[in-house]
Amino acid sequence: MSVSFPELAAIRLGYGLSPLMAPPQSAAEVLGSVALSLTTDDAVTLQQVRESAEKLAGLTKARAEGGAAATERHRAYTTELSFLPMVDLRRRMARALDAPAGFGERLVQFWADHFTVRADGSGAQMMAMAFVDEAIRPHLNGRFEDMLIAANTHPMMLRYLNQDTSVGPGSRVARNNPQRQLGLNENLARETIELHTLGVNADYDQTDVRQLAELMTGLTFRRRHEGVFNGNQAEPGAEVVLGRSYGGDGPARIEDIHAALTDLARYPATARHLSFKLAQHFLADQPRKAVIDDLTAVWRETRGDLPSVYAALIGHQELAATFRQKVRQPFDYLVAAMRALGVTGQQILAIEPKRIRNDMHRAMARMGQPWNRPTGPDGWPEPASDWITPQGLAARIEWALKMPARLADPLPDPRGFLAVALGDTAGEALTWAVPKAESVLEGVAIVLASNEFNRR
Amino acid sequence: MMLSRRLFLKSTALIGCSAAAHPLLNTISFASAPGENRLVVIILRGAMDGLDVLQPYGDRDLAALRPTLSVGPDHGALDLDGFFALHPALAPLFPLWQAGQLGFVPAVSTPYRDKRSHFDGQDLLEAGTGNDLPIRLQQGGWLNRLLQDMPGVTSQTAYSVGAEEMLILTGKAPARSWAPDAQLRLSAQAQLLLDHVYHDDAMFREAAAEATEIATEAMGDRSAADAAGLARFAASRLNADTRIASFSIAGWDSHANQPLIIGKALDRLAQAILTLREGLGPNWAKTTVLAMTEFGRTARQNGSGGTDHGTGGAMLMAGGAIRGGRIIGDWPGLGEGDLYAGRDLMPTRDVRAYAAWAMRGMFGTGRDSLETTIFPGLDMGDDPGMLA
Repeated sequence: MSVSFPELAAIRLGYGLSPLMAPPQSAAEVLGSVALSLTTDDAVTLQQVRESAEKLAGLTKARAEGGAAATERHRAYTTELSFLPMVDLRRRMARALDAPAGFGERLVQFWADHFTVRADGSGAQMMAMAFVDEAIRPHLNGRFEDMLIAANTHPMMLRYLNQDTSVGPGSRVARNNPQRQLGLNENLARETIELHTLGVNADYDQTDVRQLAELMTGLTFRRRHEGVFNGNQAEPGAEVVLGRSYGGDGPARIEDIHAALTDLARYPATARHLSFKLAQHFLADQPRKAVIDDLTAVWRETRGDLPSVYAALIGHQELAATFRQKVRQPFDYLVAAMRALGVTGQQILAIEPKRIRNDMHRAMARMGQPWNRPTGPDGWPEPASDWITPQGLAARIEWALKMPARLADPLPDPRGFLAVALGDTAGEALTWAVPKAESVLEGVAIVLASNEFNRR
Repeated sequence: MMLSRRLFLKSTALIGCSAAAHPLLNTISFASAPGENRLVVIILRGAMDGLDVLQPYGDRDLAALRPTLSVGPDHGALDLDGFFALHPALAPLFPLWQAGQLGFVPAVSTPYRDKRSHFDGQDLLEAGTGNDLPIRLQQGGWLNRLLQDMPGVTSQTAYSVGAEEMLILTGKAPARSWAPDAQLRLSAQAQLLLDHVYHDDAMFREAAAEATEIATEAMGDRSAADAAGLARFAASRLNADTRIASFSIAGWDSHANQPLIIGKALDRLAQAILTLREGLGPNWAKTTVLAMTEFGRTARQNGSGGTDHGTGGAMLMAGGAIRGGRIIGDWPGLGEGDLYAGRDLMPTRDVRAYAAWAMRGMFGTGRDSLETTIFPGLDMGDDPGMLA
C-alpha cells in the first residue's frame, strides 16, 4: 500500500486523522509541532509539590492526635489528591487531541516512558505531574544529556528508584547515626546505566554501577529544603565510572554527578540504545538494523541533538515501509478514537474527574495500561502481542461500543467516519464490512475496533 | 485445537448467549494441565488487620491495646480455640472451620519492613522476593515462576481474574487474564463483520476468538466485578483446565472507623470463599485457597477508631485440600517487648514459607526451586503440615 506523507505522519507520528484539522503536510510541520509541547499552561511545579506535602503531613499529624474533624479533613484532602491521576490523564488527553501534528505530545509519552516513574499513593501524584512538566517537556527539543540530568535528579525519580534513601557509608549522616545502618541503594545508578543510557548489553560491570551509586549519594528530596542535594549524605572521595574519575577534591558537589551523567549520555552505546528505542516505538517492534544505524549516526554526529534525530526518523524510508507494524498503546488508542470522532480538548476538560475515571482511566487499565502505573522502570512493553491479548482487545471493543455515543452527538455516519478515521488507508475487508453494520453505533464501533485502526 | 477459529467465531456469534450449550465448545481441547490439584491466591489489598480478623482475646495484653476493637467473643466474635476468636463478619465461614476446611496463621509477613507503603508492600508480596533485588528483577510474580517450573503448562493453566492487574502472575510463562464483567455486547451481525475484518490479521483474529470464547462462557454482567463474581468465574475456569487462579479484594485500609470498613471487606472475602466452594463442587476437595495481605496493622488502635500500617498479620487458608480447623504457627504475644518496633505484631514466620509448602504439597514443586527460583533466598523451614 502506498500511503501519502500526511497520512503516514498523522497516523504514525501523531494521534491519527481528525475531521477538525488537516494532517501535517511536511516533515518540517511535524518537527515544528514539537515546540508546542515544551510548555503547558497548567504546569505543576516542585514548589506546589512541597506545599502539598507539607499540608498532607500536617493533616496526617492532626489525624494521629485524634478527633473526627481531623480525620475528616485528612480524608477530604487525600480524596482530592486521589483524583489527580484523572485530572492528569484529562489534561494530557486534551493536549493530544488539540495538537495539530501530535508528534510533540507523542514524544512527551515516549520520553516519559523512557524515564519511567510510577506514582504510588496520593502524595506522589502531583510529583509525577511535575516530573513530566519540569524534567521532560522543556527538553524535548534539546540535547539528550540535558533531559537525562533533569529526569534523573528530579525528586520523582529519586523517590521511585530509591535514590532518596541511598546514603554514602562514609558520609557524615551515616557516621553520625551508626544505629540506623544507613547505606547505598544502587537502584537509580543501575537503571541509569542499564535502562536510561548505555543499555543492559553494553560494556560495563558491577563496579561501575557501584561507583556511580556512590557518586550519586547526596541526591535526595526534603520537602522543607530547596534543591535536591544534601552533601552530608554524600560519600566522600572520588569515584571512577567507566574509567573516568569524578569529584574527590573538596566537598561533594552535584556538578560531579551532572558530569558523569553527561558522559554517560555521550557514549556510543547510548546513541545506539536510544536510536533503537525510538525506532522500536515509532516504526516496528523489531526495527531493521539499517534504520538503527542511520539514527545512531545522526545521534553521534550531533551529540544527541534530539531534533536532528527526529528529523532522521521522520525522513526515513522505514516510516512508510513499516506502516501498521505497530499497535497503538491504550492511551494513543483512546486519543486517536476521540480525535477521529471530532472530540476537542475543551470537551474533555469539561468532563468531571469521576467520569474520566469510569470512561477513560478504568478503560485504560482494562486494556493493560493503568495510567502512570507501569509495573517496572523499563516502562510499557512495545510488542503488539503484549497489547492485543483476549482481555486487551475485548476492552478496546467494549470501549468502541460504549463510549463514542457518549462523546459524539450525533454519532457520525459510519461510512463517512471510516473515511475520516483512516483516510485512504482503509482496506477492502473493512470498507466492505462497515456499511453492512446493523446500526450506526455498531458501524462506528467496527471502525474503531478494526485491526487497521488499532495499528499504526 | 485444530478447530478453525473462523468457523468457531461464526458458530458462537450465531448462537449468541446459548453458546455454553454449543456442542463445538466441548470439542476444543487443550493439553492437559499438571495434575488435579488447584491453588487460589487471593491478594487482600490495603493491609488487612489480622488482629481483628483472628482476635487473640486470650492474650492478656490485647484489651489495653484495643479498647474498642478486636474485643472477642463477648462482643459477637466466634470462639475458635479458647484463645483466638473469629471476627463476626466471617461467621458464614464458621461451618468451614468446623469441617476442617478453614485455618489461619496468626503472625506472618513478607520480608518488607519499616517503610509501610501499600504499593511497595503489595509489589513485594506478589513478586515473592526479598528487599535486596533491584526493582526490575522483582517484576515477575511468584505464581508465574511456579508455572515456569511446572510441566505441561498451557495458557489455560493459570488465570488472573478481574480488572485489577495481578503482578503475582506476570512473567515469562503464559497466563490468561480476564475481567468477568467484560461485556462483548456485539450483535451476531457485528460479530460476523468483525470476524471478516480480522480474518487476515492473525493476532487480532486469535485474540478476538479467545475473547469471544471466554466472554460467552463467562456471561459478563456488572455484578461479576464483585468478589463473588470473580470467584464464580475463577471456579468455572478451575473446573476446566485451569489449576492456578489469583484475584484481589481491596478495601482493607481501616485508618478510621474500622468496624465498618473491615466488616464490608470481610463480607466480600467470605462471599468469595463460599462462592469458590459452591462453584468448585467436587473439585473443592482438591483446592487450597490462600488469602494474604501486604502487611498487618498497628497493635494499638489509633484515635480515629482504626489502626495504622503495621508489620505482622494473619494469613487465611481454606479449601478441601487443607488440614484446617486449627491455628498454625507461633504466636509472638502482645507485651511491650514482644512488639515489632514497639508498635506492630511481630511476624514469627515468612508468609512465603506457607505458600511454598502449599505449592510443594499441591504440585510437588521441588524445595530447591521454591527456595532459589520461586522465592529466591527463602528458607522454607519445617513442614507446617497445612495440607490434609
